[in-house]
Amino acid sequence: MSTDTIEMKKTNGQQAINEALHEAFEADPKVILLGEDCGDKEGGGVTGVCKGLSTKFGDLRVRSTPIAEQSIMGAAIGAAMAGYKPVAEIMLMNFTTVCMDMIVNHAAKLRFMSGGQSQVPLVIRTLTGAGNQTAGQHADCYEAWFCHTAGIKVVFPTFPGDAKGLMLSAIQDPDPVIFIETGMTLFAPGEMPVNQGPIPLGVANVVVPGNDITIVSYGAQMYRVMMAMEELGKAGISAEVIDLRTISPWDRETVLASAEKTGRLLVVHEAGRNFGPGAEIAATAQEELFGKLKAPVGRLGAPYCAVPFAKKLEDSYLVQPADVVAEAQRLTAMG
Amino acid sequence: MTETTSNRASPDAATQLDIYRRMLRIERNDDFTQQQIRRGRITAPYYSGRGQECIPAAISNLLDDDDKICTIYRGIHDMVAKDMPLKPLWAEIMGKVDGTCKGKGGPMHLTHPETGVMVTTGIVGSSMPIANGFGWASLLDGTKQVTIAYFGDGASNIGAFHESLNLASVWKLPVIFVCANNGYAEHTRFQDGTSVDQISKRAIGYGMPGYTVNGNDPVEMWQYANEAISRARAGEGPTLLECKTFRFCGHLLGDDNKYMSPGELDAAKADDPLPKYRQKLLDEGIATEAQLEDMKAAIEAEVQQAIDFAVESEFPPMDELRRDVFAKEISA
Repeated sequence: MSTDTIEMKKTNGQQAINEALHEAFEADPKVILLGEDCGDKEGGGVTGVCKGLSTKFGDLRVRSTPIAEQSIMGAAIGAAMAGYKPVAEIMLMNFTTVCMDMIVNHAAKLRFMSGGQSQVPLVIRTLTGAGNQTAGQHADCYEAWFCHTAGIKVVFPTFPGDAKGLMLSAIQDPDPVIFIETGMTLFAPGEMPVNQGPIPLGVANVVVPGNDITIVSYGAQMYRVMMAMEELGKAGISAEVIDLRTISPWDRETVLASAEKTGRLLVVHEAGRNFGPGAEIAATAQEELFGKLKAPVGRLGAPYCAVPFAKKLEDSYLVQPADVVAEAQRLTAMG
Repeated sequence: MTETTSNRASPDAATQLDIYRRMLRIERNDDFTQQQIRRGRITAPYYSGRGQECIPAAISNLLDDDDKICTIYRGIHDMVAKDMPLKPLWAEIMGKVDGTCKGKGGPMHLTHPETGVMVTTGIVGSSMPIANGFGWASLLDGTKQVTIAYFGDGASNIGAFHESLNLASVWKLPVIFVCANNGYAEHTRFQDGTSVDQISKRAIGYGMPGYTVNGNDPVEMWQYANEAISRARAGEGPTLLECKTFRFCGHLLGDDNKYMSPGELDAAKADDPLPKYRQKLLDEGIATEAQLEDMKAAIEAEVQQAIDFAVESEFPPMDELRRDVFAKEISA
């Protein structure tokens, strides 16, 4: 289908996810939502993603909660097991640390430990990302932790249409999904199809086709990769850019096919480089494409330290467009 | 917190006999379990509920199949009291494919939604936040279903307890928080790890009724449970019940009990609630000796059939490792 037949509208991630929630609530009375400040009286969530829901669907389906993450996740898990489809907002990803027992030991494992009797179809919406000087406890990208836990899916959308489509799928998915948002992916202006429907989990998107190197990224980091495209072009590098969209389970087929075609692979994420998602992707690439690549798999991610406060340190902590250009040049110079 | 029980409804004869049946089913099941452990047929750690039978027996008399329980690693007595069928229970604790969790959960994670056994957790305190979710679902469904969150005295010191009681109170959830205070948190004496002399006092801080109940007295236990469950069904919100009891087999079967005072365990066993209650039923003419012996024989036959079933059952096939991770089987 050619893109010019699809009617587009200007929007951003916040509006797109809000639209997904409204549609899901409208279509399915089993969809419910809870979290700190999520009611309209409290502002519809810290980023306003839940705006309008409590007014339209009532305070029993859309509940503001105390600042008590274990009780938020526990209530979501119990309601999910009782047949509901809860969307739980954990305000910031660092706050998942205070309810990890509920997420890891219960939400992710109850289906397996019960031999399939228990279903926990919930979505955890959570916000993170460095760049706003929120320092070491408000900005970590901990997606790798959840990828390492069997039984929970990890979604990290970049663009508004994907955010809406993936949220629609996540809500109807029979398994728990953690859905990661950032300031950039919520508020960067963008566009999406007027009738954006569900997008399946576990399917990556080739954002830019290219021939010399495959660059895999997602989330806020994807914007910093896109900002490198002009420089890469000037340097004569034709990069194929893949937006992973779902981190676990990840789309091995799309990534490996692209890397085989270009002969080079670079994974770029905001999460820490050590043991980050890039390590899994690089390891898979060497298993599956050994001898077919022209250069070692490149990985760019945060250094091994907490997210720093000082602006200059924070800028250096993040993988910047110039870092992407330099690494792509290094890799394309090989082979 | 203990109040006079005189103004509370009392269990009739049939109810009292039903409570005894549930207690005996727990005790016989526990005894047979210990025998099978000694024979080497069960290799998993066992957290016996022996001595604590009365609490879930009295509560379960007041519950329907669609009422739910969320319990803990020391929880088989809670399930047996809820009339969970014994065959899938036994097959599970032997790690067999006919187990209620296909041998993938074991005794610490037994689950049987048909009888309302929704979650069994091995994490201290974690039955409570999840019970609240079932309570929220009951409000959304507009039913009179209640959920019991079982936990021990040790769990009343973990954050999940405090968060859960607060939320249940704010949301007026139909959840009853049932604390079996058996005097020890693993090996640590109650008073060495708890800031209050009665856990029920903590209910005040969360704006709900809290009672300390003799958890070894079936009649008193039933009276308070009846009040708490009736309140929940009437939409009046949660209650905290602290049920004083004692565990006869320590934290873990094989426990050397060295952390207890000399004579403490013997004294508790001498005050075993089961034979005392049996004698009461006989003395009050609620049951005859022959009736109770028939009941015992029937229960033992049921347990033996469950053991035979479990022994005959196969171990799970290896492809179970790929099933139930997600709804859809994952690839190898």
